Amino acid sequence: MTVIPEFCAWLENTSVATTIRQSTWLFPAIETLHVLATVLVVGSVTMLDLRLLNVAWRDRTIREIHEEVLPWTWSSFVVAAMAGSMLFSSSATKYYHNFPFRMKMVLLLMIGINAAFFEARTYQRVENAERRGQIPVAAQVAGAIGIVLWIAVVACGRWIGFTK
Amino acid sequence: MLQSFCDWLSNTSLSLTIQTVMWIIPAVQTVHILCVAVVMSSMAMLDLRLVGMAGKRRSVSQMVSRLVPWVWGALPVLLTTGVILIVGEPSRELLNPYFRAKMAMLATVIVITLVVERKNAKDPDYWESRGPAAALTGLASLLLWVGIITAGRWIAYY
Repeated sequence: MTVIPEFCAWLENTSVATTIRQSTWLFPAIETLHVLATVLVVGSVTMLDLRLLNVAWRDRTIREIHEEVLPWTWSSFVVAAMAGSMLFSSSATKYYHNFPFRMKMVLLLMIGINAAFFEARTYQRVENAERRGQIPVAAQVAGAIGIVLWIAVVACGRWIGFTK
Repeated sequence: MLQSFCDWLSNTSLSLTIQTVMWIIPAVQTVHILCVAVVMSSMAMLDLRLVGMAGKRRSVSQMVSRLVPWVWGALPVLLTTGVILIVGEPSRELLNPYFRAKMAMLATVIVITLVVERKNAKDPDYWESRGPAAALTGLASLLLWVGIITAGRWIAYY
């Protein structure tokens, strides 16, 4: 499998990657955007996760919270992913071999699976259960998994900066 | 004087521990960023509501009572983790213009948030009835929080 290393080598020689790498201020500026978007992703989705766990905002239905916060999560995620891709491109090979970076990507994939399963299967059961004053166990589990995985993503993201 | 304070602090056993145990700083930074996530999301939603751009189905009063307590809850954790980071690297923080700008913006936005909360506590319709002033307050608060995060990240690049 040399496809990914070859892709990384090509990517870091693109003009965008070279410009970011050679600039003194572009990397921190894009990184700032990445952090700003990331805190909005994590903060907003955690509001939903905490509601699923019945910890916060019990006076409002899960559907209300779902409708209110997920547009924030998704729009911020697009920005975080684009800024993150630009940061990655600047030293693609280095990041590809970086363990916390790989962990972060695996964790993000797990977050995607957890969210997709919740949306496809669990969410439709939430409303009926809420009318009976309950939250499906599957929804609570999805919320708990989401919180743990996002904490781990932030930790891995921070650790990238402390490893070679 | 600040320089000698930094020198003294960085030679205390607590600071030396933070400097030598490699996982402490990234772990503390992780907690710090997670709390920033709580604060920033809460404040962005409230600020954009004040500006009139988001969450119009809810009253400002509802959003203040729902969101601001999270900010006051996260702030002590932010201060604690922030102090640990300062103790670990005193001159990197205290002598850093980005750090000072961050603290100045933080002090300002705390005052603004207290005002928003107090006015709302006295009269739940206060902010609803003051369109331009509410919008300006929300915008100032939002820009300050963006500035705080930006300055926070740039501390590392000074």
